[in-house]
Amino acid sequence: MGILSRKVTCNTHGQDSSYFLGWEEYEKNPYDEVNNPNGIIQMGLAENQLSFDLIESWLAKNQEAANFEREGQSIFRELALFQDYHGLPSFKNAMSGFMSENRGNRVSFDPKKLVLTAGATSANETLMFCLADPGDAFLLPTPYYPGFDRDLKWRTGVEIVPIQCTSANGFRITKSALEEAYKQAQKLNLKVKGVLITNPSNPLGTTITRTELNRVLDFVSRKNIHLVSDEIYSGTVFTSPGFISVMEVLKENKLENTDVSKRVHIVYSLSKDLGLPGFRVGVIYSNDDIVVAAATKMSSFGLISSQTQYLLSALLSDKSFTKNYLKENQTRLKNRHNKLVSGLEASGIDCLKSNAGLFCWVDMRHLLNSNTFEAEIELWKKIVYEVKLNISPGSSCHCNEPGWFRVCFANMSEETLEVALNRLKMFVYGPSSTTRSQSEHQRLKTLRKMKVSNWVFRLSFQDREPEER
Amino acid sequence: MKQLSTKVTSNGHGQDSSYFLGWEEYEKNPYDEIKNPNGMIQMGLAENQLCFDLIESWLAKNPDAASLKRKGQSIFKELALFQDYHGMPEFKKAMAEFMEEIRGNRVTFDPKKIVLAAGSTSANETLMFCLAEPGDAFLLPTPYYPGFDRDLKWRTGAEIVPIHCSSSNGFQITESALQQAYQQAHKLDLKVKGVLVTNPSNPLGTALTRRELNLLVDFITSKNIHLISDEIYSGTMFGFEQFISVMDVLKDKKLENTEVSKRVHVVYSLSKDLGLPGFRVGAIYSNDEMIVSAATKMSSFGLVSSQTQYLLSALLSDKKFTSQYLEENQKRLRSRQKRLVSGLESAGITCLRSNAGLFCWVDMRHLLDTNTFEAELDLWKKIVYNVKLNISPGSSCHCTEPGWFRVCFANMSEGTLDLALKRLKTFVESTDCGRMISRSSHERLKSLRKKTVSNWVFRVSWSDRVPDER
Repeated sequence: MGILSRKVTCNTHGQDSSYFLGWEEYEKNPYDEVNNPNGIIQMGLAENQLSFDLIESWLAKNQEAANFEREGQSIFRELALFQDYHGLPSFKNAMSGFMSENRGNRVSFDPKKLVLTAGATSANETLMFCLADPGDAFLLPTPYYPGFDRDLKWRTGVEIVPIQCTSANGFRITKSALEEAYKQAQKLNLKVKGVLITNPSNPLGTTITRTELNRVLDFVSRKNIHLVSDEIYSGTVFTSPGFISVMEVLKENKLENTDVSKRVHIVYSLSKDLGLPGFRVGVIYSNDDIVVAAATKMSSFGLISSQTQYLLSALLSDKSFTKNYLKENQTRLKNRHNKLVSGLEASGIDCLKSNAGLFCWVDMRHLLNSNTFEAEIELWKKIVYEVKLNISPGSSCHCNEPGWFRVCFANMSEETLEVALNRLKMFVYGPSSTTRSQSEHQRLKTLRKMKVSNWVFRLSFQDREPEER
Repeated sequence: MKQLSTKVTSNGHGQDSSYFLGWEEYEKNPYDEIKNPNGMIQMGLAENQLCFDLIESWLAKNPDAASLKRKGQSIFKELALFQDYHGMPEFKKAMAEFMEEIRGNRVTFDPKKIVLAAGSTSANETLMFCLAEPGDAFLLPTPYYPGFDRDLKWRTGAEIVPIHCSSSNGFQITESALQQAYQQAHKLDLKVKGVLVTNPSNPLGTALTRRELNLLVDFITSKNIHLISDEIYSGTMFGFEQFISVMDVLKDKKLENTEVSKRVHVVYSLSKDLGLPGFRVGAIYSNDEMIVSAATKMSSFGLVSSQTQYLLSALLSDKKFTSQYLEENQKRLRSRQKRLVSGLESAGITCLRSNAGLFCWVDMRHLLDTNTFEAELDLWKKIVYNVKLNISPGSSCHCTEPGWFRVCFANMSEGTLDLALKRLKTFVESTDCGRMISRSSHERLKSLRKKTVSNWVFRVSWSDRVPDER
């Protein structure tokens, strides 16, 4: 008899994927400016390390929040005992307000429809438990966050069927791709329960356009299925076009309080915008009372520490802090993003034009030996082991075209980013490269004509130098 | 097409049980000494509110831990980024040592075999996901914590088959009860994957005896199944006996590093011993590397906040604090339990003799109209709505005999407990049952004891009883 469950003995946790293996290599030989200058630079971790000083300075001025005090009185006892799965009211209020602020106050969130969970990881899994039975499927646009294979499928028994997106149109979600994915699920005998999108996208770093959102809403409406919009990166949108939440589109289409709106659910977290993955703060927002009720009970399996709820309710209730933070965070992300993009360009490497996220979706197709995933993995290994940069290969994100990589830019110092870019440049123009005779600009122009799609040019170039247009 | 999952539309969360309904009634009309002196007194919540002062005083003397500093330096960034599902090493070390201290340092816990989880609620569910397939069963001795119906079964699809325990021997686990449960599972076509015990027991408030533990280890050995020992109340043992963990028994039987030891898993939490349910700190301890590895990955769905891990690693690493805390906590629990027990006695009510936990298992069979669960629920409603005490009826804990109730004693002030006992006494004396009443309460108690209290109760040590009550 099997002593352990199949969940343990099988591989569905997905942690043999290269996404996690690169992480392990980094752990063995981590870069340190002083102690290990030849170590691997971590560019595979989508962390936001750019704005801690803002939070630390707030903490220094507001010590009560961390010290279990409210207006000079100790509330330790109250917090120690607080395990209500409805969550700390002041925290839910603060989160709702913050989410609203992130959307320019164009939509509002009702704290009563918010469910707190230990991180978006927990939120996404819980939503799957609520919306799907084992064997049901959710459609996800590719490329997508590798962690979804574990978070959405492992313990829930739910399947993921990809909505294939390609570089031909900047990886936008098309109607035909949606329909094809649905048909594919049917072929596999899977009942489709919904679509899950990440907006802004991980790994693309792009916000989903209003057209796409309308398209997806229309699709879920016709098929009578759910839409989960993971908006974990909503506060990282650093340039135009701005962030459009599915909630706004519902409002614009006058679909609030309709059946469709009950099938739209948002996931959020403070792990990316605020850079606090260690604190385990996630939320589910749903207009469906039954989903809110069930998810609330399920949150028992991953409640947020009351100590943390209290600290963050104080932080996020401080509107002067949040306003300044969001603005400054975005400015810093923009600068950092630009630095990466121009550094890559200097190595003759392009990225998908992006306006959000903590990473770029980098086009290294021209560096492949052949247009295959084997070649992609070979290139990836060279980059990890020789160039000593841990970046994420597109195949780990289920991209259907070889040669794309996700490269993070917000989880290291500016100096470290420079070191990484220099290493990459040496790798590209080093002895094994055949392009060293061309100037960088020339090469880039040639590449752009060959590889870069029209879509890339259609997007605003406000932050590009005039002659690069 | 069905919109939501069957988990949502079915009733598997078990939250329609009276256990939760009493809670809801309390929420509507909660007692407050000043603002609502006629409100409902909460005696259904197993919280430990007796020792916060000890922790608060430690916090005042060690401000760095809460303010995210180490030796005066801010480590905010480090903590903010720390999401490693292996857990904070200092915290796991401190937890391992605390667990050892609770067991008199007779057994050791390897921090590498600890998996952190957001509370034992998460730990127990995770273990089910690791050990059982949907449709597999775990055997649990009754009565058991009502939350298990949700925690072990709801999203996992696992089943619970009860090991029936009865008052005839103080609700101890017997070999025949184990075998019967196993056969019952077989009849229901369920594959038994293991046994789960809570030691000390909720709701009984008793620690498992060595005899029972040996029985359990032998049973799982012969059936080749798992044993989960939820030892969440291990630090609330206030009797003069020592707490015997299943780990002690494995050691004493020289079963460490054997196949059996790989099938024994301990669950722990700081929610009861330290009274910190809000901080969501649970742990799984297993000798099976595959379980540790899988549970570690699963803990992604319920990690402990790094802010909290840091605070508690500092607290629990302070050995002076932990040894003083454990001793004082036990003292206060013992004295509070005594207060409840004697208060109940003066109302002519006995409890199962207990030596641990935050509650007593109270015998109100004599107050039932009939020996039925309907009568138990009638009595419960009277107590909730008329006496205004929220206590937990035995049926919500799957007890097979009507008339038993779990009554908590550590989640209110002494004054509130006294008031609750006064109300109860008034109620008992006003009812027909209470009117066997010409006799003095001592007399009545003596005769009750002869009628209802089992031999087992007398066999257990009476060191803290006054001689004339024997």
